Amino acid sequence: MKALAILWVTAAGLTAQVTYERIAAAGSEPDSWLTYSGDYAGHRYSALAEIHRGNVARLKPVWMYQTNDLNQFEVTPLVADGVMYISEPPSHAAALDLRTGRPLWMFRRAVPSDVHTCCGQVNRGVAILSDTVFLGTLDAHLLALDAKTGHLLWDTTVADYKAGYSITAAPLALRDKVIVGISGGEYGIRGFLDAYNPKTGKRLWRFWTVPGPGEPGHETWEGDSWKTGSAATWLTGSYDPAANLLYWGTGNPGPDYDGGPRAGDNLYAASLVALDAATGKLRWHFQFTPHDTHDWDANHVPVLLDGTLHGAARRLVAVPNRNGFYYVLDRLTGEFLVGRQYGKQNWAEGLDSRGRPILINGREPRSAGSLVYPGVHGATNWNSPSYSPDTKLLYVAVREEGTVFYRATAEYKAGNYFSAGGMRGIPGVEPTGSIQALDPLTGEKRWEFALHGPPWAGVLSTAGGLVFGGTPEGNVFVLDAASGKPLWTFQAGAAVYASPMSYRFQGRQYLAITAGRSLIVFGAE
Amino acid sequence: MTRWMLTGLMALMPALSPADETADKLFLTHCAPCHGPKGDGGRGANLAVRRLLHAPDDEALSAVIRDGIPGTQMPGTRMTAEENLALTAYVRGLANVQEAAVAGDPARGESLFWDKGRCGQCHTVGPRGGRMGPDLTEIGARRSAAYLRQSLLDPEAEVPETFAVYRRVILLPDNFLQVRVVTAEGKAVTGERLNEDAFSIQIRDYADRIYSFRKDELRELRKDWGKSPMPGYRGVFTDQELRDLIGYLSSLQGAR
Repeated sequence: MKALAILWVTAAGLTAQVTYERIAAAGSEPDSWLTYSGDYAGHRYSALAEIHRGNVARLKPVWMYQTNDLNQFEVTPLVADGVMYISEPPSHAAALDLRTGRPLWMFRRAVPSDVHTCCGQVNRGVAILSDTVFLGTLDAHLLALDAKTGHLLWDTTVADYKAGYSITAAPLALRDKVIVGISGGEYGIRGFLDAYNPKTGKRLWRFWTVPGPGEPGHETWEGDSWKTGSAATWLTGSYDPAANLLYWGTGNPGPDYDGGPRAGDNLYAASLVALDAATGKLRWHFQFTPHDTHDWDANHVPVLLDGTLHGAARRLVAVPNRNGFYYVLDRLTGEFLVGRQYGKQNWAEGLDSRGRPILINGREPRSAGSLVYPGVHGATNWNSPSYSPDTKLLYVAVREEGTVFYRATAEYKAGNYFSAGGMRGIPGVEPTGSIQALDPLTGEKRWEFALHGPPWAGVLSTAGGLVFGGTPEGNVFVLDAASGKPLWTFQAGAAVYASPMSYRFQGRQYLAITAGRSLIVFGAE
Repeated sequence: MTRWMLTGLMALMPALSPADETADKLFLTHCAPCHGPKGDGGRGANLAVRRLLHAPDDEALSAVIRDGIPGTQMPGTRMTAEENLALTAYVRGLANVQEAAVAGDPARGESLFWDKGRCGQCHTVGPRGGRMGPDLTEIGARRSAAYLRQSLLDPEAEVPETFAVYRRVILLPDNFLQVRVVTAEGKAVTGERLNEDAFSIQIRDYADRIYSFRKDELRELRKDWGKSPMPGYRGVFTDQELRDLIGYLSSLQGAR
């Protein structure tokens, strides 16, 4: 009995604390995965090299954990001090034993039956800070759980779910704040990004992504359209500790497909915003798709990297955007530096010198339908890109899929679907996709690996020279990070709707990704 | 269509009542974003069919509209009981856009199907028939008489393709695609694609043999979009025979 207890303590050392300093230095602690993207810079890169080209053929499932829910399982697990922390659909959480996958605790949230979401009742992960786990819920609450027991410490209402708000993204833990984004862009919400006190759950600031009367940017909305302007913040952003700036993507303006009632650029929808983390005040913004009518949310994980561009060493932020273009901006000023098409598109001639798209006529949704690339789900979506400091390449899961967009009118009613139109696929054209490796400083394509269907899985790159990902047909795969050559594949039996991660436990490296209702952990034993 | 025209039409057509206009608006707001403006399928299912998988009766359809379908992307809606009722009737009516009555004699059509047309060589009806072509056991519930007529006369006029409708994930392609592959050793196989992913493809050839290939084992992989191995029946059947055959096919509503 004593031996067992000692083993448990060493294997699952629940005593350590996840400090802000550990998260900020996540790259030097590759055994763990302490925040949604692995680090604040949004790299989704693992410095572990135990699994490499030479042994990847031996990769095998080690254990699986299955949810008891039909919704998509979109989590990126966190690993800290020998324990894995996950969220599950609809708004549950659990701590798992890394040796076996058996739950150490489970937290179950009763989600009201009248919660409505556009795209499934999903959750993409938790945040951890000190010994507290943070979970956003579909009824738009932020919860703090004891990391040792799963007991609820506090429960804060972020927004009214009856007005269409929900939370699906993993929160982001900073030194003394928990940052939470909101979903509901198809329900005519007014979007925002919030910061909460991790100890008390008290709100510290709110940044409205749709400016109110008297605020700069308000003039980009016609009449009262700002009130239902959406611009949701439904995916975890990135953070530069040195500049104390948060980088967060915003979603489509509402209603999605009918731009008529909201003449103007519709700031800060379909944009990247840089916020002072101390105050939530806007430092700069860059709008990828002014006056979007194709549901091209900019809810991507911004990738922070440094490089020399236009003759000067700069701190950069890179975004492969849903609209088909790849962007590099100066992350201190928001200055547009590089823009290049990476996905199939037919709506813009290109970008002008300030990064604004030069539009092609006739691509607006119409009642008779307009055929547009990229389609409604974009040239990429929320599934994460990855940046490897070894290959100096940026990997992105690319969707090639057009949509016929229809325009209608919609009447706003709190809590009701508010998209004003619809879409369908293109008859006779099989959507497809690829994994692309881009030069992050130019957007030039270095290699491409063809997929069958358009991917919903993100990618992970590792110091072992590997790129790990998944497909909608259930393939989990590893590519050579330098060449894109496939090295290993496993049929998991259901679509992959998540971004992978890696960790080390008892001296061995593992890779984890979900498929269907299963979380699968792979090892090369 | 302008409002005065619509109002004028409504006066002439009792079927297009003001309730339908409300339902039309409800449909466009709540359903069209995924099911398409005509309800014939988009990211969501084709609703212009006589049998809906998750809504066998009006009560079930009403509940689906209210509560959504758990575990799918079909969400619930917020509306009054009257609106729900109107929308239920509207969705149910989408299938009736198809002709109500088919003129032919199903019994005569049945014998034409199995004998003169030899349709059963490739198509299955219930327990009987071949496997190459689409299973027709429920074809009457899924296709209009006009569609069936066109398919008989000109099979390649519209070879149904999985990707004609918008779905997030294709676990099994549900329509026909002829593929031709050549393996690294030079073996050629032509047949129907059963399934495909990034690394493999499964094929049934015209001698009913099933193959599974890893894509890296193939020298060539061609997809014959729009090709159908079905012969056209123009000039084979008389007009009356065609009507009878369509009458038979329309009567195939699957197991009840």
